[in-house]
Amino acid sequence: MYNYGGTLAADNVDEDKEKYARFMERVEAGEKIEADDWMPDEYRQTLIKLISMHGISEIMGALPEKEWVPKAPTVKRKLGIMAKVQDEMGHGQLLLRVAEDLMKPYGKNRESLMEDLLNGDLKFHNVFHMPTRTWADAGMVGWLVDGAAIISQTNMLDASYGPYQRALKRICQEEVFHAQHGEAIIMALAEGTKEQRRILQESLNNWWPSLLMFFGPESASTTGSSKQEVTTKYRIRKSSNEELRQAFLDKYLPRVFSLGLTVPDETVHYDEEKQRWIYQQPDWNEFKQIISNNGPRSKERLRLREIAYENNRWVRQALAPQVVVS
Amino acid sequence: MKSFETVEQAKQNPAYYEALTELLYQLADDDFIISFRGSEWLGLAPHIEEDVAFSSITQNTMGHAFLYYQLLEDLGEGKVDALAHERAPEQRRNASYFEKKNGEGSYYGEPWYDWALTVVRQFLYETMKKVKLEAAVKSSYEPLANTAQKVLMEQPYHLAHWKMWMQQLLSSTEEAQEKIQARLEEAWEEGKDIYDLGPKAQDIVHHQLISGESELKQRWLQEVQATIKDLPADSLGDKFGSGRSGEHTADLDQALQTLAEVYDSDRYAVW
Repeated sequence: MYNYGGTLAADNVDEDKEKYARFMERVEAGEKIEADDWMPDEYRQTLIKLISMHGISEIMGALPEKEWVPKAPTVKRKLGIMAKVQDEMGHGQLLLRVAEDLMKPYGKNRESLMEDLLNGDLKFHNVFHMPTRTWADAGMVGWLVDGAAIISQTNMLDASYGPYQRALKRICQEEVFHAQHGEAIIMALAEGTKEQRRILQESLNNWWPSLLMFFGPESASTTGSSKQEVTTKYRIRKSSNEELRQAFLDKYLPRVFSLGLTVPDETVHYDEEKQRWIYQQPDWNEFKQIISNNGPRSKERLRLREIAYENNRWVRQALAPQVVVS
Repeated sequence: MKSFETVEQAKQNPAYYEALTELLYQLADDDFIISFRGSEWLGLAPHIEEDVAFSSITQNTMGHAFLYYQLLEDLGEGKVDALAHERAPEQRRNASYFEKKNGEGSYYGEPWYDWALTVVRQFLYETMKKVKLEAAVKSSYEPLANTAQKVLMEQPYHLAHWKMWMQQLLSSTEEAQEKIQARLEEAWEEGKDIYDLGPKAQDIVHHQLISGESELKQRWLQEVQATIKDLPADSLGDKFGSGRSGEHTADLDQALQTLAEVYDSDRYAVW
């Protein structure tokens, strides 16, 4: 658990119990909790972990796509991917502001988040540890990674925490454009030359395990920890990891197949009786390695943020409020 | 001087056509290369708010390059993407100062980019761009005047952004002031082609496509001086030659190779 320090207001347990009961009543009645409202520590810490991880993932997520921004093959594609990556940075900013408000009682701020990222305490999403090898990967990130993000974020569109719920609303609207942008790139490749189709299939093969991992393990027993029970209890999310993955497969596998593409798993099929997709589990040990910053590009991506942080120290110092010497 | 309302009119006068395309290449290539250098900063800016703002400016700037390449395409110079990706370095007309790398290291390796260089360059570039746009809205070539009008709807916000950076850094720590000053002196050694209109300058002015060099320079310096009191005393130099005459550095080669990497993998494919 990502621990942000001691429990608040632990001295009056009875009062807290009452507050807790009132809080849960509000949550269960579908009311929104606001930044200044009383909230149990577990709720606050769960939100901080969830939202700071989401926010920092948006920011780290700009890096793999950034590699393809200037390389985009037409000026219009350059404009499209520039707009898209700019949106992602904007989402990061929006989310970090929500997280910062929640962290205030612990005396933490943006700087703490960046430090936590660099020292490995704050994780970022598994997909952004992966390499983007070709232009097809840039399309795949827009199409299926953002497609997966839409599904997992739509699941929280009615989250009990107001500031997060409102941010997600805006983010989801923009993500729909991103998925369309990705789909347009993919369609051009799918209808293109032999080589374009080859890099497209190769890209899907490479991304497939990461896409399955995207929604997290089915239960805590797979990887030793999962926050899905707590987030469900507090009505932050609705569906389970597996339900989300099934929704993703439902939506995208027919599209994948209709483009004449295949997935690198011969066992994939829809079981009519069980009403679910059957697929081979990705390597969850590898997933643990990846999100512990031991993925194929984890070190390089963190290094980029580290350089930006170090290299711009003089700028931060220049912008800091001047100490008045009398 | 009569105005040229259409492509056909411009094409009927070969001298006019030549001066016009020369100017359009300068405008298009400036925006294209500045946008590229800006895009290299993505994810590396001093803070996240700046990353959002800078990438928005960079994106708009690429949009402006597109508009100018589109004018060239309309004039029969070739397709937008061919103009942006296929032209050799010596055919490029951007100021050589604008192609300069952002700093040490590389985009894929260890990008030790220099924010002071970027603030100085973006400020000088946007200040010049506004002066040129204000002159271009009176251009004898109407499609250019219309485009300039359109770009002027958003470009002043870009300038305001970099002006704010310049003012903030110049009134902050000694370290920041020194870094800005050093980059300003460097700009003064290298940046003559910021206002230079190239070998066809006389024709460009004769055909009233934009104001003359000395007027552009004067208005630009006036604007720059309104923000920076202590400008280098010398006149601007052209240490690396004039990009307006096709003189460029190895930094442009690096930029063009990156920009055209995927395009060049198959120029005839639909992307």
